[in-house]
Amino acid sequence: MAEEPVLSVQRLVKRFGGLVATDDLSLQVMPGELHALIGPNGAGKTTAIGQIMGEITPDAGVIRFMGEDITGMPTPARVRRGLSRTFQITQLLEDDTAEGNVALAVQARAGHGFRFWRDAARDARLRDPARAALAQVGLAEARWDVPVADLSHGERKQLELAVALATGPRLLLLDEPMAGLGASESLRMTEVLRALKERIPILLVEHDMDAVFSLADRISVLVYGHCIASGSPHQIRHDPQVRAAYLSEEEGV
Amino acid sequence: MRDERAWAVLLLVLAAFVPVVAPMLDSPATVTLATRIAIYAIAASSLNLLLGGGGLVSFGHAAYYGLGGYVVGILYAHYVSGEAFLGIVPGTNDLLVTLPLAILVGGVGALVIGALSLRTSGVQFIMITLAFAQMLFFLFVSLKAYGGDDGLAIRRVAPVFGMNLRDPATLYWICLGLLATWLFLMDRVSRSRFGRVLAGIRQGERRMAAIGVRTYPYKLAAFVIAGMGAAMAGALMVNQARFVSPDMMHWTKSGELMVMVILGGLGTLVGPALGAAALVTLEYTLSGLTEHWQFILGPILVLVVLFARGGLMGAVRQIAGMRRAPEALPAGELPPGRVQPEDRAAPDMPLRPGAAPHG
Repeated sequence: MAEEPVLSVQRLVKRFGGLVATDDLSLQVMPGELHALIGPNGAGKTTAIGQIMGEITPDAGVIRFMGEDITGMPTPARVRRGLSRTFQITQLLEDDTAEGNVALAVQARAGHGFRFWRDAARDARLRDPARAALAQVGLAEARWDVPVADLSHGERKQLELAVALATGPRLLLLDEPMAGLGASESLRMTEVLRALKERIPILLVEHDMDAVFSLADRISVLVYGHCIASGSPHQIRHDPQVRAAYLSEEEGV
Repeated sequence: MRDERAWAVLLLVLAAFVPVVAPMLDSPATVTLATRIAIYAIAASSLNLLLGGGGLVSFGHAAYYGLGGYVVGILYAHYVSGEAFLGIVPGTNDLLVTLPLAILVGGVGALVIGALSLRTSGVQFIMITLAFAQMLFFLFVSLKAYGGDDGLAIRRVAPVFGMNLRDPATLYWICLGLLATWLFLMDRVSRSRFGRVLAGIRQGERRMAAIGVRTYPYKLAAFVIAGMGAAMAGALMVNQARFVSPDMMHWTKSGELMVMVILGGLGTLVGPALGAAALVTLEYTLSGLTEHWQFILGPILVLVVLFARGGLMGAVRQIAGMRRAPEALPAGELPPGRVQPEDRAAPDMPLRPGAAPHG
């Protein structure tokens, strides 16, 4: 019997006015798999993640997570079921510390926050898992109590990942975790993701092809919201359609 | 003093001596003025939970303040007439009954109005809270049975634990004690798990959804707590002024409370109380000087908002060299709006040259 996919997107369609951002998109993420979603700018990769998370409502199609139809489910309910994303443009709580940001995600996972009395900052049940997540993404310990507004771009990208991890995900949707990172930072992030994919299936949207081809078990190529090819890194690298539509543009550089 | 709580304790202790010092300075009116400040401080602090805590710009906070006041007024009217309110609730002039009832009614009012208003956000939220408050204002204007436009007078209030509330110093200490209790509660709440969620909502509702938090119940809970605080302040004010009228619910009162919060320091513990003290004192002093006192008050407010970052509390911090609390926002800077940039509107990172696979 075939293994059931963690995430299954079937015939997803999303239009913004005349623009078809997602055009009959189907894709799956299997257990233990890192599935990379690549494509030129404006191919609808982020829109696809938005729909999987429930931030954008699709016009048609079905999204299943762990076998359950989640197409019409609000975002927080999906997160509680184990879907978690990072943002390409970091969405962090700027006034809070790095640790505070992660601790809040730990708190959200632990259940409701209707506790009005105890000082949350001194609560070891929030602090310890938060610090574990920060250590996991490799954010330097000296930076944990720095307000987010004072963190560097690279550190914010690491923090995005730590917050996503703290929600206890069963599937990670990573929207360009390497965007804007320097070469060495990119390599470090690649290694963090390599360790992560052993535990958690990942859907990775990324433009850094070195990272994509070294990490991915499967790659899907999106052009104008439509999936033109899906297969192993080797197959994608040699797919003539992909080369024509996407990779070849880069070959000439 | 790095901790704002130390400031709160110091100021409250100093404030407790006002009734002792005032007769020495031969200005008995000071106690009355200080009582009004303490009461407004509770109302402003309750609004601050929404404005500074959750970034919810409620422009109808006077509604709950007025509701609290009318609970005292209406129960007093029934106490005098001897008829039960709606034939069920007997009238009373006992603060030990009216105050908890006022808080309850304020909370229920905030629950109803909040449940509807919080389905909107941004400018619509500001407008809908304002609209609800004005609806209540006009409702009480048209309630001729309770004085309509003219309001209700409260003459004899029952003693509380043998204390005579007509003695200005007694009433002042009661109000100050309730202010201290309220600030203590606000401090605990803002540091609690609930307070952390609220601060998260202020900074990024989208982020809160992405970590699995449904924000509506938290916003509603904050709305109800704030409404209860305002109603308590309203009930106290009616006991102090011995009078209640629809003016307590007028939108200008909501604006005044907002000015107190912003003037004192949005999102700070002591700020709203400082703002209340500053506004009440300025009004009192300036109106003694000239009939056109608002002409002077306006520019003063503009200057504070423009130049004292974080309001008066921000200025105090700068002087005392305190660390800027993470919650403090610059004066006049309303919390960031809920409008988030669309993902797809953001520029995609270009393909890095040379990043393409070779093969």
